Amino acid sequence: MMDGVGEKTQVSKQNPGERVRNFREVSLGYSADEALREASRCLSCSNPSCMEGCPVKVDIPGFIKHIKEKDFNKAADRLRESNIFPAVCGRVCPQESQCEIYCVLNKMGAEPVSVGGLERFVGDWLIKNRVDESSSTPPSTCGRVAVIGSGPAGLSCASELIKNDYSVVVFESLHEPGGVLSYGIPEFRLPKGVVDSEIDYLESLGVEFRLNVLVGRTVSFSDLWRDFDAIFIGSGAGLPYFLGIPGENLNGVYSANEFLTRVNLMNAYLFPEFDTPVRVGSKVAVVGGGNVAMDSARVALRLGASEVHVVYRRSREELPARREEVVNAKGEGVLFDYLTNPVEFLGDGEGNVSGLGCVKMELGEPDSSGRRSPVAVEGSDFVLDFDTVIVAVGQGPNPLLPSLVSGLDLTRRGNIKAGRDGRTSLERVYAGGDIVTGAATVISAMAAGKRAAQSICEDLKS
Amino acid sequence: MNEILSKQRVTSEAVLLEVSSPRIANSYLPGQFIMLRIHERGERIPLTVADMDVDVGSISLIFQKVGKSTKELASLRVGDELLDLLGPLGQPSEIRDYGTVVCVGGGIGVAPIYPIARALADKGNCVVSILGARCDELLFWRERMDELSDSFYVTTDDGSCGRAGFVTDQLRDLIDGGLKVDRVIAIGPLVMMSAVSGLTKEYGIETVVSLNPIMVDGTGMCGSCRVTVNGVTRFACVDGPEFNAHEVDFDELFHRHGFYLRQEELSLKRYLEACGK
Repeated sequence: MMDGVGEKTQVSKQNPGERVRNFREVSLGYSADEALREASRCLSCSNPSCMEGCPVKVDIPGFIKHIKEKDFNKAADRLRESNIFPAVCGRVCPQESQCEIYCVLNKMGAEPVSVGGLERFVGDWLIKNRVDESSSTPPSTCGRVAVIGSGPAGLSCASELIKNDYSVVVFESLHEPGGVLSYGIPEFRLPKGVVDSEIDYLESLGVEFRLNVLVGRTVSFSDLWRDFDAIFIGSGAGLPYFLGIPGENLNGVYSANEFLTRVNLMNAYLFPEFDTPVRVGSKVAVVGGGNVAMDSARVALRLGASEVHVVYRRSREELPARREEVVNAKGEGVLFDYLTNPVEFLGDGEGNVSGLGCVKMELGEPDSSGRRSPVAVEGSDFVLDFDTVIVAVGQGPNPLLPSLVSGLDLTRRGNIKAGRDGRTSLERVYAGGDIVTGAATVISAMAAGKRAAQSICEDLKS
Repeated sequence: MNEILSKQRVTSEAVLLEVSSPRIANSYLPGQFIMLRIHERGERIPLTVADMDVDVGSISLIFQKVGKSTKELASLRVGDELLDLLGPLGQPSEIRDYGTVVCVGGGIGVAPIYPIARALADKGNCVVSILGARCDELLFWRERMDELSDSFYVTTDDGSCGRAGFVTDQLRDLIDGGLKVDRVIAIGPLVMMSAVSGLTKEYGIETVVSLNPIMVDGTGMCGSCRVTVNGVTRFACVDGPEFNAHEVDFDELFHRHGFYLRQEELSLKRYLEACGK
């Protein structure tokens, strides 16, 4: 351990025994004293490397310096120059692979500065202390832009455009804005109140939200093309993938999207106070190893399942979920069945799932993703009993809109082809986020939305 | 937004609400549906559109008062607003000149079949309609359907109106009697659609059914409404709601339909208690 730097300031959490019985946020965040102590660990490097991996290039040493000076207002300004949603990103970004991994303290054998913890602290401080910056909608001077989808990409694009004096209308098909922030990420990891505050802020800047509008059905894409100077498509990766194995439509088999949407967007965890139900049995399997799988497993526990297994075909090292979420899940009692691949859903004869037929896997050569690809061990078939199975093996692009827009170039998988600058094959049409890249992170979608907004500004001004 | 413009009792079990929504009235095509939410604590429920009025900017919804949400919906008054209304959703019906099309509407299914039958008639098809219900007082829109149809039949389970029996009895007699049927479209309870499908399969008559499985978002995001068609999983909300009846796995649909039965009963019981009933 290096002298002077001290140990990383641990963030307080609800204890596992307590938190599996509620949906309140697990991490309690830093107090001001804790934030000051953690900020003091930052060496303010003259050549900082911590920003290298950040998709939006947050000035990390800059905002931390202001925390050290106890000037949280300035810290917030500095953060918001590059990231409109610090309270969201501080909670859900994979800091361990984007910023904290590059912290110079790592190289010195110490734990990195908790960039995420500090970002969240400043974001939360901002929400509590934000003064209304503009009460009236600024008159549009540069043009009108339609943003399709109100997830991270769309919100980020809208924010950048409104700051550049464009008038912005965001179209959302669901009844709440936020996209995956609203329907996907559970309350205990990202409270709705935080998302609502960030969206309120955009509204206060003059962004107009039109909810319950499915572009392509409620209004046509060509109408938008006629009525707006530019269109940004950020419709996301909302199509749930299934395993494509027998028995998948048995009762009790959920896509993670459905399971989480019921709980997060529709508040099914409060049934019957809220009308939307959700059912979990006593023994639950979640198939997959990403963040969505961790969220699903932890939601299942909170809904009263007595045993929850994450069933993953590779080993612990290949889990794509954030380490912190895996630690949280394990702490709460989620069990992990590694190197296990389901080949069949088994039924009880009355249409309900009763188990998974599985095979054991072993790891072979690395595949295109660089991870060692799993290979089935011959004759290793076995059965696991479950009464609920949640399939969390990824999502594809929402197919509806791309399929209805002629002239829009798509990839083989149905993603919209767009450059890093967000430009597509159609004039005045831009795209970014998961609809372009496939399912990725909140922050990379935000970065794409912002870059597209910059392209829109350039193109409309020229 | 989404104001209720008029309300009618259609039968002892069904209600019609005319809801203001110029956007949906403008873009709606026969066969499509909407999702609505009554209030902040409400669920999203799919309903087929029975009619629309572009001049007024309204759509008409007909639904059966079966569960908590539909009973609550039926309790709304003219002037009330629905919190959320999304649509039109799903693929529109394929309206072509098929020749002779038999439109079978069972129970509440008469509502969605009406705009489809009208569009088929407008396209020049010979429309033969068969309406079925448990009894006379559950039948509605007889005159409307009769008016647009080239021939028109009614069946009731108890014989209180029209022929005593099921819609399939009437359909079989028509086919056996020499009617050359080019296409059948059947909308109603699952058991009815399944029976029609079984019958027309025998005769090799192309048949379409409109499915109404449990949905959450209605836009292709959750997969709750998945149905096996020709061995492949499809989403009724975006790939349907209409499918080739002979390829639909009805047994699976029956099971999936009942998954939340206990929760639905609990919800209804609490609601009725709160209403003092």
